[in-house]
Amino acid sequence: MNMTHQKVWTVCTIVLLALIPFALSGYQTSLATLMLIYALLAMSIDIMAGYTGRTPLCHGAIFGVATYVVMYYVTSAGGNPWVGMLLGIGLAALVSLVFALLAVRTSGVYFLLLTLALGMVIWGVCQRWTSVTGGENGLRGAVRPDWLVDPSRFYYFVLAVGLVATLIMWRFVQSPFGLSLKGIRESESRMKSLGYHSTRHLIIGFVFSGVMAGVAGVLYALFNSFVSPSSVALAQSVKGLLMAIIGGVGTLFGGVVGAAVIIILENVVSSFTERWSMVLGVLFVLTMIFAPEGIVGKLRSIKWSRKGSK
Amino acid sequence: MDRRTFLASSAALTGLAVHGSFNQVLAQGTGPIKIGLLTPLTGVVASGGKEIVEGFNLYWEQVGKKAGGRDIEVFIEDDGSNPDIALQKARKLTEQTKVDFLVGDLLANTGLAVSEYAKTAGIPYFIPVIAADDLTQRKRIPNVIRVAGYTASQMPRPLADYAYKKMGYRKIITISQDYTFGHEQCGGFAQMFTELGGEIIAQHWNPLNTQDFSPYLAQIQAAKPDAVFAMETGADATRFISQWTNFGLKGKIPLLGAQNFTDQSVIRTMGPEAEGIISSAHFAEGNDAPATKKFVDEYNAAYKHLPSIYGFSHYSAALWIAQAIDAVKGNVEDRPAFLEAIRKVALTTSPLGRPVRLDAYGNPIYDVYIRNVVKRPDGKLWNVPVETYPEVTQFWKYDPETYMKQPSYSRTFQGTPSK
Amino acid sequence: MSFTLFQILNGLTFAALLFLVASGFTLIFGLMRIVNLAHGAMYLMGGYVAYAVATQFDSFVLGLVAGAVATALMGLVEQSLLRFANGVELRQVLMTLGLALIIDDSALVIFGGDTFSMPTPDILKGPLEVFGMAYPRYRLFVLLVGIIIFILLWLLMNRSRLGALIRAGVDDAETVEALGVNIRKVFIFTFMLGMALAGIAGALGGAFLSLYPSADSEILVYSLAVVIIGGRGSLGGAAVGSLTVSMLSTFGQVWFPELSYFVIFGPMALLLAFRPTGLFGRPQ
Repeated sequence: MNMTHQKVWTVCTIVLLALIPFALSGYQTSLATLMLIYALLAMSIDIMAGYTGRTPLCHGAIFGVATYVVMYYVTSAGGNPWVGMLLGIGLAALVSLVFALLAVRTSGVYFLLLTLALGMVIWGVCQRWTSVTGGENGLRGAVRPDWLVDPSRFYYFVLAVGLVATLIMWRFVQSPFGLSLKGIRESESRMKSLGYHSTRHLIIGFVFSGVMAGVAGVLYALFNSFVSPSSVALAQSVKGLLMAIIGGVGTLFGGVVGAAVIIILENVVSSFTERWSMVLGVLFVLTMIFAPEGIVGKLRSIKWSRKGSK
Repeated sequence: MDRRTFLASSAALTGLAVHGSFNQVLAQGTGPIKIGLLTPLTGVVASGGKEIVEGFNLYWEQVGKKAGGRDIEVFIEDDGSNPDIALQKARKLTEQTKVDFLVGDLLANTGLAVSEYAKTAGIPYFIPVIAADDLTQRKRIPNVIRVAGYTASQMPRPLADYAYKKMGYRKIITISQDYTFGHEQCGGFAQMFTELGGEIIAQHWNPLNTQDFSPYLAQIQAAKPDAVFAMETGADATRFISQWTNFGLKGKIPLLGAQNFTDQSVIRTMGPEAEGIISSAHFAEGNDAPATKKFVDEYNAAYKHLPSIYGFSHYSAALWIAQAIDAVKGNVEDRPAFLEAIRKVALTTSPLGRPVRLDAYGNPIYDVYIRNVVKRPDGKLWNVPVETYPEVTQFWKYDPETYMKQPSYSRTFQGTPSK
Repeated sequence: MSFTLFQILNGLTFAALLFLVASGFTLIFGLMRIVNLAHGAMYLMGGYVAYAVATQFDSFVLGLVAGAVATALMGLVEQSLLRFANGVELRQVLMTLGLALIIDDSALVIFGGDTFSMPTPDILKGPLEVFGMAYPRYRLFVLLVGIIIFILLWLLMNRSRLGALIRAGVDDAETVEALGVNIRKVFIFTFMLGMALAGIAGALGGAFLSLYPSADSEILVYSLAVVIIGGRGSLGGAAVGSLTVSMLSTFGQVWFPELSYFVIFGPMALLLAFRPTGLFGRPQ
């Protein structure tokens, strides 16, 4: 699709998103806020899965770690939430670096499993280190600054942060560095023979995606004013990955679509039936059969095929 | 299999998914009092969660879903055995469904998360099963009330007394799941037992979802205690009891349990291995008091199984709430008055067969039964009282203000003399 | 001394159960390179079916057979679904995860959330006097079954034509097909065998570990740990992996009670980082 087409889509989406607090109730606006936060997580996972070709199952843990830092800093250490957020993103970066150093020499299923195990280690720490993380009970207490308590205001705040982060991610994947990551995904040996330092590239890519997950995590702390081990559990990483897949891996914006789909379904379906898990399961199976490239991926391929048949 | 067949089967699955819903939103039409019931319908404690709904609904059905001259509408939300989801659903019920008050939750961490939300949102929240001690002790929240509930450390204390004085045990080992609920129950037991003169020779803390208890059983066997106090819930309790029996410890070492350990939700699928375990609780489904018998029979007729603590507590809670609604003549919108009415309720028609009321700190006072697991003539197991300890509060023999100066029970503080 | 012996027996018997549970996973993940995240759900399903049949007809053996058959059949369904994934790992992950959610929730609807224990025959109940200690008969039985299954699988893979076909097919499917063998049939059979093993494990494990809604994810985690540590594609590796995970778990619980899951995931993560193919795996 050409540049103007894309710009139109982008502007339309942003306008639509900006109108949400006017169209929806306070509660629904807060759901939309949650959707934006998860969209960031899904996009950060897509940077790995879609662009480097290595699918991680640890980004939920990185996300949650950032949340824990903010909660701990504000409720237990009595600090300022903004400083807490910076610290949270910082720790997310550090954790991503450690994970990257351990994981980048693997690929495919092994990468998946290794990141899964690393995520579980984080979960284990959060569950057992009761004096810091509150253990099973987690940490709770108001962390949102007073001027952001109103749901509409908070929504706009998250939207603004989200747009900036998305822009950064978009520039990243379009940059020569981002393209080299794609090259590594296509053929690592070829990139190496061309002189690219694939390991270093992968590490940088991993840390970058971890930082983005951390941004989502600190926003979540402000949103929820609560964190518990379930925020760093495997299910969180899986949820983010699924949003990326349903939206379309490798499309970046698919993360936004995927997050919207899952969160809307979650809330709508659970009003009608308890069988939310089963519905989700059927959704995955059907997606993999009919639209394995995700929603955005499917839309793009329809566009391409239409162009081709002209 | 080709696509066509597959489409047919997926349609069937989807149909099953939608049709297979039960206990969904009970939109009964005209009821202006909206109650938000949070409960784990999926996840680790799904069976207890279902029974919460059973107990709560049974009461409202019995009285025609009315109280204080208004209709009652119950909105049920699944908290997924997960505090993040519990919080989300609490917000949904409060802000979207606009319920008048919240009830329920099972796991302590879900209860604590929702309590925090209730504190800032100001919505009344009633917790029949959330037993975290501090919610009615050191960290009380005015609009969070333990209606028909109990604290974790309340029930084991009489058991410690019984163990020391009646059974003559002097050396006990405790084994418990390693989280706050377990710490508090063991703390209640251990502090009382050691103050009476007994000794807790070892305390084992097993992670939740321990598959294999054999390492602990080996250590217990080697230490040769007079008895063992076990605090396990759900599948861990089932596994512990089975493994205890399979290792030949049943009959060799007496087994004492927390109330969850021998709760109906655990023993109803078990056999002789669960018989003879002594526990303590305010509710014993095998109690032959007429009020209890009536409740148990009605519950069994409605749901085809005997009530567990989850079903009983939420039935009592509904009874309690109804009484308060009647007292304010249906005006639940006047929150201070409604909360005051809740606090003043003196339940006379409880299935326990004796009056129940709150103490000055917001926790009910009960007669606690020492119970034994016994087999009925029809082969089912249930808990039968063998001794009664009257008027047990959350503090029992301790002075509240002095007691609250000591730290909350935890893995490191169990109220026992430091070695 | 007898305490340590006791602990060793504990470790061995738990390892046998883990091996049974992971053997099906090893076969499918290890040999066919399919990421089957529905493995835990199959285990649970097999267990529930076995429980229902065993209590209905008062027969442990019948229950066992029913569990194996049910999961093998379910395996057929899963196999056909997996064809849509075209060997792309990410798709397999999503597909099998979706299937696991469906099976899991269906089980919740059908059996409710109560915890069930598979009923065992009287002869296996209670303790046996072994080396002067009382040790549960059932655990010794599981140890025996574990060893037998290991031997049978080993014979199948290394001493039978079918085994040779499977191994050859995994290495180079095209050539095997060119030799006139219907490789699809071989793979389907292997898949169903793997599923049947999961079902049997569910039935046997159902008496040991009990059956309840979240048992499947717990079992999946253990199976993953076993295959990762032992290395996929290797039966011996699965045995070693089971022993390692079991010993870590058994002794870890006693020596480092604070650390629980850590004790398994820490070493697993380190091993994966430095030796991704596990202790005995062959590099792809």
